[in-house]
Amino acid sequence: MGSYVPNTPSQRQAMLETIGVRTVEDLFASVPREMLVGDGLKLPVGRSELEVRRAVSALAERNKVYRTVLRGAGAYRHFIPAVVKSVVSREELVTAYTPYQAEISQGLLQAIFEYQTMICSLTGMDVSNASVYDGGTAAAEALTMCRDRKRAKAYVSACADPQVVETMRTYCFGSGMELILVPEKEGRTDQEALRSLLGEDAACFYLQQPNYYGNIEEAAAIGEIVHGAGAKYIMGVNPIACAVLESPAACGADIAVGEGQPLGLDLSFGGPYLGFMAATKAMFRKLPGRIVGQTHDAEGKVGYVLTLTAREQHIRREKASSNICSNQALCAFTAGVYLSAMGPQGLRQAAVQSMSKAHYLAEELGKIGLPRIHGGEFFHEFVTACPKTEAVLRALDENGILGGLPVEGGILWCATELVSRQELDRAVSIVKEVL
Amino acid sequence: MQLIFEKGAPGRHLSLLPPCDVPEVAPQRPRTEPLELPELSENELTRHYSALCKRVHGVNDGFYPLGSCTMKYNPKINEELAALPGFTQVHPLQPEETVQGCLEVYAQTEALLNEITGMDAMTFQPAAGAHGEFTGLLLIKAYHRHRGDTERTKIIVPDSAHGTNPASAVMAGFTVVNVPSGPDGCVDVEALAAAVGPDTAGLMLTNPNTVGIFDKNILEITRIIHEAGGLCYYDGANLNAVMGLVRPGDMGFDVIHLNLHKTFSTPHGGGGPGSGAVGCKAFLAPYLPGPVVRREGGGFRFAAPEHSIGRVKDFYGNFTVVVKALVYLLTLGKEGIPEAAENAVLNANYMMARLREKYAMAYDQLCMHEFVMSLENLKEETGVSAMDIAKGLLDNGIHPPTMYFPLIVHEALMVEPTETESKETLDEACEVFLRLWEQAHTDPQALHDAPVTTPVRRLDEVEAARHPVLRYAGA
Repeated sequence: MGSYVPNTPSQRQAMLETIGVRTVEDLFASVPREMLVGDGLKLPVGRSELEVRRAVSALAERNKVYRTVLRGAGAYRHFIPAVVKSVVSREELVTAYTPYQAEISQGLLQAIFEYQTMICSLTGMDVSNASVYDGGTAAAEALTMCRDRKRAKAYVSACADPQVVETMRTYCFGSGMELILVPEKEGRTDQEALRSLLGEDAACFYLQQPNYYGNIEEAAAIGEIVHGAGAKYIMGVNPIACAVLESPAACGADIAVGEGQPLGLDLSFGGPYLGFMAATKAMFRKLPGRIVGQTHDAEGKVGYVLTLTAREQHIRREKASSNICSNQALCAFTAGVYLSAMGPQGLRQAAVQSMSKAHYLAEELGKIGLPRIHGGEFFHEFVTACPKTEAVLRALDENGILGGLPVEGGILWCATELVSRQELDRAVSIVKEVL
Repeated sequence: MQLIFEKGAPGRHLSLLPPCDVPEVAPQRPRTEPLELPELSENELTRHYSALCKRVHGVNDGFYPLGSCTMKYNPKINEELAALPGFTQVHPLQPEETVQGCLEVYAQTEALLNEITGMDAMTFQPAAGAHGEFTGLLLIKAYHRHRGDTERTKIIVPDSAHGTNPASAVMAGFTVVNVPSGPDGCVDVEALAAAVGPDTAGLMLTNPNTVGIFDKNILEITRIIHEAGGLCYYDGANLNAVMGLVRPGDMGFDVIHLNLHKTFSTPHGGGGPGSGAVGCKAFLAPYLPGPVVRREGGGFRFAAPEHSIGRVKDFYGNFTVVVKALVYLLTLGKEGIPEAAENAVLNANYMMARLREKYAMAYDQLCMHEFVMSLENLKEETGVSAMDIAKGLLDNGIHPPTMYFPLIVHEALMVEPTETESKETLDEACEVFLRLWEQAHTDPQALHDAPVTTPVRRLDEVEAARHPVLRYAGA
């Protein structure tokens, strides 16, 4: 069996003597006898490292890894610079706890402070927290931030990612907030419907930009409608798109949230990812979770600490703004390293190339009879009609290509800077064969 | 140390992407603000992060007896296998037949953890312990609602509980009823019996509790709740003391969360990602967040529980964290799991026995995997507080115990050595603790001034909170 217990039997005996008991069982005297499971647990016997490596590697081999990925829908395969993994696999970082002991955690605290600054820069917002679990929970927590006594209804665009909407619904089941979907019109939020729906009890409106279908929304105009009704404006944004699209701040957002996975994190079958959350100065005290702040030490040296903890559960208990404790610190660290490695030029290139390749793919698919079903601008995702969805996806699959996601009305495609024109041409020719 | 924004030079960058090989497209309403991100060479970048990493203290750097956090060794094989491309390069929305290995990871881990905890079904969607609490409480809420019982609005929480417990209860829409602990740190059974009623939705409890004692009345406690019509929630933060020996399911708990990043050896990553898997008895399984993994024929597929509360997160959970926990479970197996628990308890009792010589124990009896010292008397005698001792430990390369928790003990230091530390390490740490106790009497000022060997001295938290500087404001 495998074991990470270093003490030898004779050491254990010596320790028992120091404690003043005869056996290890004596240490469990407070546990009612009848409750002990004895030998009863049906678990496999422990195994050596080599055996475990074989068993778990075999599981990994049962998954298919595609050479080309043309599917996004909330998780995106982007280029990740080599330096990112090299930095974030350092064991002092990986094995550290939450930086409550600031004096020996300055590296982590400073990195999170830098991450917060980068998220503010990307979104244009004033203050960022240290991350939450993912994009869905970030959106759900943002709804709660906007609630007050008179305003308890959360309005959400029907063009938002359905998983994010479902997560928001679950959080609303907890909090008792009412969630109302604002309908879609031709692949975008119906602005007239939004205007007529928002009443005096509206706490907020959540817009996803680009939306689930990849379409770019008129975010600034929508912001004016939302503020006109006295509600708060939450934007769920793609962080890569932020490099080239109008920032949430420029669109009037009170809170900007999003899925941080595109910032240097592997697809990893859905996690771990991270949710980023940033807000205006007026709202930052309502942000959930950890926030790092700058301060000075006893000798006047600049240093960093977890701050504004009066919002948090370990101080406020039932009056806390959220229950969040552990977040996704290492993922936030990763996002920070990624953004530093890409720099302003690299990130803009990733955004421009993702957008450009998606447009190239859309055009080529259009030529062979898979037209877009929506008009207007899009970023790096788009929906095409498809007469033979299943056959098309199967043919791509057989050629090592993960095609777009089947959705109502057709296929939701995605391209990033990682796919070359050659790969796109190949995919299009395979689709053409099927049609 | 300089911030990354203060390094580099405008225009400096890495060579990462080839030129765009398709016609370039730009948005109609482009970003107008400058994109203020660092501009560094790769060499500068790695030096910056190397310098930061030198200012971080992980389990790999030294003893980490942080109570309630179970900072055990994080095996390297966990990391290696979780990093296999067959796991990391898999899109979460691939067809089910192409992700059978991932689904089996979930299925296998679920089966092993159900057996260890005495539960019937499990979800891995919650990303951390608090997220698991929220999920578990929503199961309780949905269960009562489904039965048409809408009067059950209260969750009972002992005053020794983690702060997340009451915070989670409120997020799930409950009101919190705090019940006091008895003089032995355990639930005051009479007070509990008086607190339950037709409005009781459930109880949240950690066992062993937060003072490191196994509540001997546990069967009576869960019976009181069940008889009142409530459900029992087990906070798995302290499972390391009893895993493989006693099962929460056999204690009478209906729903639990586990911290895979504590008990099952996955690293904390400086505060996440964790995994707060939630297990429940069969009657609560229809309410679990979807999707869940089910075996069908020779393979696995996703299924939606009948009365699901809905998802609590995008996709399925912190998947690669679950891979690490599975690697650990397969390695330890039937004998290794209880062996770990026994040695966690042995190590804690050994340290307590050695420190009792000087330090006052809040509950002077055998403990489980952790124990709580009260430095109230020491502070009165010498002026040296729990904080001062903690900072003194920093100068000795030891991560301090959890400070000022649980709230029911004054000047608390909560020590959890874990099973992966050797007697030599424990002896060295005990020597340090005892030396600091002496120093508190001979040179208290030195401890008020500690730490002195760390990159920064004690930091002004009041300044940070009063004048929040939460981002770099520019040169």
